[in-house]
Amino acid sequence: MTTTHPESDVILEVKDLQKHFPTRTSGIIRRASDPVKAVDGISFTVRRGETLGLVGESGCGKSTAGRTMLQLLEPTGGSIHYNGRDITGAHGNDLRKLRTEMQMVFQDPYGSLNPRQTIGTIVAAPFDIQGITPKGGVKAEVQSLMERVGLNPEHYNRYPHEFSGGQRQRIGIARAVALRPKLIVCDEPVSALDVSIQAQVVNLLEDLQAEYDLTYVFVAHDLSVIRHISDRVAVMYLGKFMEVADRDELYSNPLHPYTQALLSAVPIPDPRKENKRERILLKGDLPSPINPPSGCVFHTRCPRFREELSDTERKRCTTEIPLVQKIGDHEVACHFAGPSKVEVL
Amino acid sequence: MSTWVPTEGTSEALLSVRDLKVTFPTEDGLVKAVDGLTFDLNAGETLGIVGESGSGKSVTSQAIMGLHRGTRAKVEGSIGFEGRDLLKLEDEELRVMRGRDIAMIFQDPLSALHPYYTVGNQIVEAYKIHHGKTSKSAARAHVIDMLERVGIPNPQKRIDQYPHEFSGGMRQRAMIAMALVNNPRLVIADEPTTALDVTVQAQILDLLMDLQKEMNSAIIIITHDLGVVAEMADKIMVMYGGKAVEGGTADQTFYSAEHPYTWGLLQSMPRIDRERLERLQPIPGNPPSLISPPSGCAFHPRCAYRDDENLGCSTIVPEFDVQDWHPVRCLIPAPKRKAIFDTEIRTPSS
Repeated sequence: MTTTHPESDVILEVKDLQKHFPTRTSGIIRRASDPVKAVDGISFTVRRGETLGLVGESGCGKSTAGRTMLQLLEPTGGSIHYNGRDITGAHGNDLRKLRTEMQMVFQDPYGSLNPRQTIGTIVAAPFDIQGITPKGGVKAEVQSLMERVGLNPEHYNRYPHEFSGGQRQRIGIARAVALRPKLIVCDEPVSALDVSIQAQVVNLLEDLQAEYDLTYVFVAHDLSVIRHISDRVAVMYLGKFMEVADRDELYSNPLHPYTQALLSAVPIPDPRKENKRERILLKGDLPSPINPPSGCVFHTRCPRFREELSDTERKRCTTEIPLVQKIGDHEVACHFAGPSKVEVL
Repeated sequence: MSTWVPTEGTSEALLSVRDLKVTFPTEDGLVKAVDGLTFDLNAGETLGIVGESGSGKSVTSQAIMGLHRGTRAKVEGSIGFEGRDLLKLEDEELRVMRGRDIAMIFQDPLSALHPYYTVGNQIVEAYKIHHGKTSKSAARAHVIDMLERVGIPNPQKRIDQYPHEFSGGMRQRAMIAMALVNNPRLVIADEPTTALDVTVQAQILDLLMDLQKEMNSAIIIITHDLGVVAEMADKIMVMYGGKAVEGGTADQTFYSAEHPYTWGLLQSMPRIDRERLERLQPIPGNPPSLISPPSGCAFHPRCAYRDDENLGCSTIVPEFDVQDWHPVRCLIPAPKRKAIFDTEIRTPSS
């Protein structure tokens, strides 16, 4: 038995986490070729009770990172410590026990609920799997959970198709909090929902966090939602962290050119401001995570690289992988980190 | 100025939709997807249609394109385009206009492009259908030019590639190239950037606006993202439960909105450009059923300002109340709506 630190401020510590997916060459003889480096060496800590936002564009590895830290995917390298205990590679019984403390809310409220099971069965599954009978019995507990997340407990025997997207997401949330876990990874929990419903679900997640002392890792691509819900934010690009900082710092004073470009690209629902805004446009698309660019992975699209640097400076970006450096309260992986020349928001 | 409340009879506008109704018979009953829609759109203008899923915004665009023909859907009213009623055209007449005069950009470029044909083949086909006399090589040259204009690098090589060889952003550019290859007068973009990342979305919206200036096309952009309409639209129509509930210029919609649903939309989204709120203000409840819509005003079950006793929100179906070219479908009297907006909805920075 390793010593645990229940009083420690850090609930999750991730070091140099990697998740590579093997690929194969096409043709008659299929050989393993270069893997997709979905997550390529990220390190961070999650503090008890906080919400860490993981934001980035599709394919940046944020969902894979979320799944790997819960051991839904086996990491290729690196380590994960939960409450001071190394849980990297946990499996079988150990993993099942861990699941009482770490849960997940999925993006797709259609794909993540079994259409042949009633809501009662779906929300009761965690008790079944763990062999736990809550006080007062499973049914009473499930119904109280349903009520807590804003569903009518009388709908216990209904099927997922009888519910709207927002209600289904509430079902997924009830299932995730059923065992009173400590840590929940929310993978794009509101991106499939309409705006008015999105706000309902975000508020519910915040209420549950306060009520049950939950810690969240909130994975999303929507920078406005991430700003609203997170205490700290990590910006990901091609499997790596570009910048990590406290929410207000990150949004008011982004130091990485990628963070700046991302914020500048968000359309603002204010036509007069929007018309006056100068936008940092990124050229091109995300490079392939099979063959990421050399040096800094962002240099192929980086506006600072393109417009502000000398040839010798550029050489550094193309050859030398930037290490994470501390600048004020930011952790930034850029050789030439600094405030943007244009106002980003 | 754009005419929101069209006069009787014919209209000068490029597109004039009058009392459009689209219904679908289903096992559970008649779905009234679009329930009496009227608007005009001039050349060079952009109309943003905003609403939640099920509000009827996509069905409206499909009706304009004539995509409900041959289905069980019933389309009524009229859709005037350059003086002709699209609903009265023969299939063949419509076929000639579709793709040439009116084109559509779909949300999901992967399912809108055929995986078995090269991107170039599909765009050349779209061009040749309307330019039968053009030689193959001339059409191909035109398409290469078009691909270049939408910002696809190396178009001579890209034209012979298949959709799966394109990234999401490049596919959406290819779709735009296909939609614009015949210089259409009207482009309907149904959630054109919803599947894209923000940085790519910014590129695509810029591109659409540039091409619009160049071609003087009218654009209808359908989206749930108020940020996107704020950037693109000259005028905005907010839809709820198959009806337009508010119409106006972009300024009217954002700085003097008068419908409680529009207020709800403006308030429920987290704003990246403003002070962070401790709590979001959602619209309670769920979108209405289109088979058995609520009595009276469709929004009344979710409305914080309803007054059943004095205004009859739960019994009277509101007609458009038009003041200053700003139609609002709400039973609350206009002065009171303005007062509510000024005291409760407007924020210091707007």
